[in-house]
This record gives sequence, structure tokens and C-alpha cells, in this order.
Amino acid sequence: MPQTPIKSEYDDKFGSPEQQETIEKITKSEYKWGFTTDIDTDLAPKGLNEDIVRFISAKKEEPEWLLEWRLKAFRQWQKMVEPKWPNVKYPEIDFQDAYYYAAPKQQKQLESLEEVDPKLRETFDKLGISITEQKRLTGVAVDAVMDSVSVATTFQKELQKHGIIFGSFSEAVKNHPELVRKYLGSVVPYTDNFYAALNSAVFSDGSFCYIPKGVRCPMELSTYFRINAANTGQFERTLIVAEEGAYVSYLEGCTAPMRDENQLHAAVVEIFVHDNAEVKYSTVQNWYPGDENGKGGVYNFVTKRAITHENAKVSWTQVETGSAITWKYPSVILKGDNSIGEFYSVALTNNYQQADTGTKMMHLGKNTRSTIISKGISAGKSQNSYRGLVRVGKNAENARNFSQCDSLLIGDKCGAHTFPYLEIKNSSAQVEHEATTSKIGEDQIFYLLQRGISEEDAINMIVNGYCKEVFRELPMEFAVEAQKLLAVSLEGSVG
Amino acid sequence: MISIKNLHASVEGTEILKGINLEVKPGEVHAVMGPNGSGKSTLANILAGREEYEVTEGSVSFLGNDLLEMAPEDRAREGLFLAFQYPVEIPGVSNANFLKTALNAIREHRGEDAMDAMEFLKLVKDRLQLVEMDQKFLQRSVNVSFSGGEKKRNEIFQMAVLEPKLGILDETDSGLDIDALKIVANGVNKLRSPERSFIVVTHYQRLLDYIVPDFVHVLAKGKIIKSGGAELAHYLEENGYDELLNANGKAAA
Ligand SMILES: Nc1ncnc2c1ncn2[C@@H]1O[C@H](COP(=O)(O)OP(=O)(O)OP(=O)(O)O)[C@@H](O)[C@H]1O
Ligand SMILES: [Mg+2]
Repeated sequence: MPQTPIKSEYDDKFGSPEQQETIEKITKSEYKWGFTTDIDTDLAPKGLNEDIVRFISAKKEEPEWLLEWRLKAFRQWQKMVEPKWPNVKYPEIDFQDAYYYAAPKQQKQLESLEEVDPKLRETFDKLGISITEQKRLTGVAVDAVMDSVSVATTFQKELQKHGIIFGSFSEAVKNHPELVRKYLGSVVPYTDNFYAALNSAVFSDGSFCYIPKGVRCPMELSTYFRINAANTGQFERTLIVAEEGAYVSYLEGCTAPMRDENQLHAAVVEIFVHDNAEVKYSTVQNWYPGDENGKGGVYNFVTKRAITHENAKVSWTQVETGSAITWKYPSVILKGDNSIGEFYSVALTNNYQQADTGTKMMHLGKNTRSTIISKGISAGKSQNSYRGLVRVGKNAENARNFSQCDSLLIGDKCGAHTFPYLEIKNSSAQVEHEATTSKIGEDQIFYLLQRGISEEDAINMIVNGYCKEVFRELPMEFAVEAQKLLAVSLEGSVG
Repeated sequence: MISIKNLHASVEGTEILKGINLEVKPGEVHAVMGPNGSGKSTLANILAGREEYEVTEGSVSFLGNDLLEMAPEDRAREGLFLAFQYPVEIPGVSNANFLKTALNAIREHRGEDAMDAMEFLKLVKDRLQLVEMDQKFLQRSVNVSFSGGEKKRNEIFQMAVLEPKLGILDETDSGLDIDALKIVANGVNKLRSPERSFIVVTHYQRLLDYIVPDFVHVLAKGKIIKSGGAELAHYLEENGYDELLNANGKAAA
């Protein structure tokens, strides 16, 4: 039975918000992935109460223990308040004015990809997701999640050969209830924070991944999340377990259609890494950021956490270009001796986007090491904050941390903020923190212009160069996609 | 090639160029010399299209076009190249990627197909030899942690790849050791042709021993106060600017 990690009481005091600059108007850059698919959705009634929680659980034919767990989470959530410390501003969210369950209507169990609703397939094609057999030549197994229910899972057979379980969370609840029960909430308990509690109560689906002892997953595992139905919050739950000596590289990509209203997204990702195992988790997030006037966009409140045991390693790599509001701190509890945590992040904000993101590295074991490389890019009227905690417990002899937090400003109406927190309880710790803030250099741009390169390409080139240290942590195809995404997100940020 | 007429320019309200006249014909090499702060780099930057300078009077025609109306990237695409006095570092962007993007932007402007990776590699390897640079510089970030001399060499290497019609070299010789100076000068000489012109800004006669100019101009206090042939540089080497400046001062008085 995995132990419950230290409770994250510091979640409540991560930092006080800074007064935001007054918000003005302008700039362009349209959201390329904004289209909606017309599929009958199966909606739960609006609002949130115990009946809705029961409805969701019943819809998913869940066992009693899971319903009980959800209800406990719901009751917990009712007692909690939304965190106010992030450096973001948004109108009060009315949690009763949203739908908490939306599933594409498609009851029948699918035998093959060909049976998938063609419209759904079309959506995925537009997103460029390779769920068809031919496209899978790239060696990526995709578990696509649309409005919370996993639609199709590929590469199952190959994975099964290795004893790897990879699929939707709901399937895992049905087929491997003992595993789910053992690990669910073991890294992010439902008491953790407001959004984690909310997610625990109403999560509709997500991904489950289990790598058995000593197995190196032969391919990259990929999940695409996408919000489709209007006014539905998306609450996925992802659980990854790497048994002793296992290895997996996991990719998560997200998009959402254009909508005027704000869509709520509160996901939880838990990663449990046993002795000598390694998990690489990469995210490219481009949820709809809202239009150039700050209308619409996704509110993204995510709790991601990993726990590492002896000699284990976790790396979080994220490229965040989307969402109107991002609140996200992929963290690592370095529990086992000699374990390693890494966080590589590019967060780009444009127009009226607001991001408050960073990480927490909690050193508990001896000789634990962590690295934090954060690259924030702010353009337009956006606000971009890095918030990071490095905590060294009193028994964590010889813990080491290196943090580098760089901020790049494009234009003079945006803001960059850095909130590093240190809690060192062991004097043998070595902690290094470097931070820089720079404006994109006129000299650099002119140098490239003088060589015949357009201004837009010049800026993309400089920004991509600036993010190089993070991009090289991403799998190849993902890195290419990330570069394109930055270019699209930066459109209209200059001139 | 380029015809500069009565060019006046100021920065933040201070006039720096006070009526420059310069005519460069295809194939010619013009050296521009002059004391520190006389406006040499300002002239070079204005020709390249740097925005912080305000042209208050005069005109510049480049290959028949009104240069001052053109965007900096279009000037470059039309064949104007500036080897910077202080080349800029661009972290994370490889020299190769940067140059390929530049070359293909120029080619596209000319209506030519983009060069593929193989062709490009062949070209750059050839041009690296021209300035005796190691291939490892291709993968390094543009100018990052290059020594002073390596940065200057990198400028000439870029010029050799982009094959401009007019090369403006702003103190490319400063910071070079004597061997590097010869290599750079040699590279420039190989690029000399009846269709290509150069404006070479320098403080030292030494460079002009290797790149022999057709004309030498002395720029002081924003004006060209004397022009002559290659021998003028020798004269300046021996006598300095004082005499010229004084004579000019008197003439102006
Ligand atoms: N951006 C600027 N802002 C303010 N002053 C400037 C700027 N650029 C140039 N100047 C001033 O204009 C004058 C001419 O400078 P410029 O760099 O053109 O001289 P130079 O002839 O190239 O000198 P050197 O031989 O030292 O390179 C100097 O007094 C310089 O301080
Ligand atoms: Mg100068």
C-alpha cells in the first residue's frame, strides 16, 4: 500500500497575488484549432450537488468504493475555498452554472477504430492526431479523450505484450479496480486543494497507465485532451504508475474549440514512481486562450504531482501557450534517497492571457536532486508569473537544487513576475537560483532583419532559441509541434 | 551601385551626419576612415535601415531604388550587407539555421527556390574555407561565446554565403590578430568582382594593405572632409587626422 505523501499545507500560502496592471485592448492572432463538432452529447443537468456526483458515477457504472470516494471529495470540496494567491484575475466562477458531465453519445463497445463516429474521427484529423492505423507508423499510441470520455485507444495489443496497461481511466476502473483503488489519491489526495477536491468529486474520465516491474515502454504514450461541448468543465484524472525499474515517456496534448464563455478545466495528474523507475511527462497545452480582447478562453486549474522512490526519476516538461488562465505547478515529492526531479517549462502568454505556473520540488530523501528550468515569454497585455517552491526537509541530507527562471518580454504592455520560495530545513542543502528578465532585443531583431529575415521570423527564431533548453527535453515530433505553436501564439504580438 | 547625396541624420535631436556625399560604382572598394565618434557606424547603420536614426535631409539611391524608403529586410534581400562592428549574440539559434533562413528569404525574394539541406551544407562548407573557419561553428549558437575575432570572421562568412551586391564592413579588422586579418582580407578579396562593391570602414592602414581600395574618404564631424586614392590612407597613417582637421577647420572658418 503506497503511503500518503505529506499533506501540502503550503498550497494555501504559495504566495500573495501582486496587483495586476490595468488591462487595455488590441492585437490579433486567431485560434487555429477553433471548430466545434456537432455530435449529440449526453449531458448531466447543470449544477453540482451530491446527486450529480452519483449521476456521474452511475453513468460510468462505477463500484461502490469509488462513489464513496467521490462523495467524500465532494463534501471536502464544499468546505474549501478557491485559492486567491495566484497572480491572476478573473470574475467569480459560478460552479452551479456549469455542466459537469458531457459524453459523446456512443454507448456500444468499439471493436476497431473504423467504428468510431466519422465526425469524431474528422475532429481528430483536424487536430492532426494520428489515431488511424497508418498514422501510427510514428510509433505513438494515442488515447484520445474528448469531453472526458476516452474514445479510442490504439496500440493496445503491442502494449499488452509487455504487460503495460494504457487506456481510459473508466476502463481501468472496470478491468483493474485493485490497481486504481490502490493508487488513486495516493499522490494527490482529494484534500489537497480546492480544484483537486472538485476533480475528485466529478472527474469523468482520463488516462490510466501502468508499467510493470522492469519494463521499458517500447513507445511514447500519448493522450490528447480536447474540450468540445459548450459550458462543460473538463475534469480528467490521469494516473501513471511505474513499477520498480520501469520506464515510460508520456505525452499530453490539449486543444479546445473557440467559445465566448469561459470553460473550466481542472485536471489532476498523479504519477507514482517506484524504486529505480523513470517517468518523463511532456505536455503541450494550447487550450483556447480567448480572443484578442480577452473574451472567452479556458480556465485551466491543474494539479500535477509525482512521487519518486529510491533512485527514481521524474521529469515534467511543459509548453504552455493556451488558456485564458493557467494555474499549474507540476511538482515532485522526492521521497526516496537519490531520487531526481526535473521541471522544464516554457510558458507563453499573449493578448490578455494570464499564467501563474511553476513547480514544487520537495526533497525528503537523502542525496535527492532537482532541476528547474523555466522560460516565461510575455507578449501583448498578458501577465506571466513563475511560482516555484524548493523545500528541503530536515532529513534530506545533501539535497541539491538548481533553478533557472528566465522571463522574456515582447513589447511593453505585458508583465513578468517571479515568485521563488525556499524552505530549507537541512543545512547540507545546496540550492542555486538564477533569474533573468530581458526584453526581446532590438539589436537581435535588427541583426536578423539585416540578413533578410522578416520581423515575424526573426522574433520566432529568437523566442525559439530562448526556449531551446526546454525544447530539447521534448520528444522530436513534439518539439517541432511546440515550435510551430509558439509561432502561431506569437502572431500579432509585434508590429 | 549606391549614391548618397547630402545625407543629414540625427539621433535624439543631435545632428551626427551633416551632409554626406558618396558615390560607389559597381566593382569599387571605398574605404571610410575617420576619428572615433565621427559618424562612420552611424552612416553604415542608416544605410542598413536602423530605425533610431532620423534622416533629416538628403537621399540615397541603391541600385536605382530609394533606399531610405525600403524596410531593412528588403535592403538586405536586394543585396545590401552590413558586417557589424559589434555582432549580436542569439542564444539557442544555430549559425546554420540562421544562415539557411536568411539565404532562403533572400532567394525567395529573388524568385528562386529554397535551397535544400544538402545543397546548403555544400555551400556553407565551401564558404567556411574562405575564412578558414571550422565546421563546428555551424552548430554553435549565433556569435554566442565566440571570441572577438571569431565574431568578425563569422560576419565575413555570412557575407560569403549571402553574396550581397554591396558589402559594408564596419571595422571588421578591429580585434583581429595579424593572421586573422590576412584571412579576412583574403576572404573579402575573393568576393571582389566587377559587380560587387564594398564600403570598408577602418581605422587602420594595415587592412588596406590587403584590401586595396579604389578610394579613401575621411569622415570627420559628420562630413567627408577629404577623398583620395589608396595613398591617402598612407598619408593618414603617418600624419594622423590633426593636420587635415585643422586645414578643414580653417577652410570652413
Ligand atoms: N543611438 C545613439 N544614441 C545616441 N548617440 C549616438 C547613437 N549612435 C551614435 N551616437 C553618437 O553619434 C556619434 C557618432 O557615432 P558613430 O558610432 O557613428 O561613430 P564612429 O565613427 O563609428 O566611431 P568609432 O570609430 O568609435 O566606431 C557619437 O558621438 C555617438 O556617441
Ligand atoms: Mg564605429
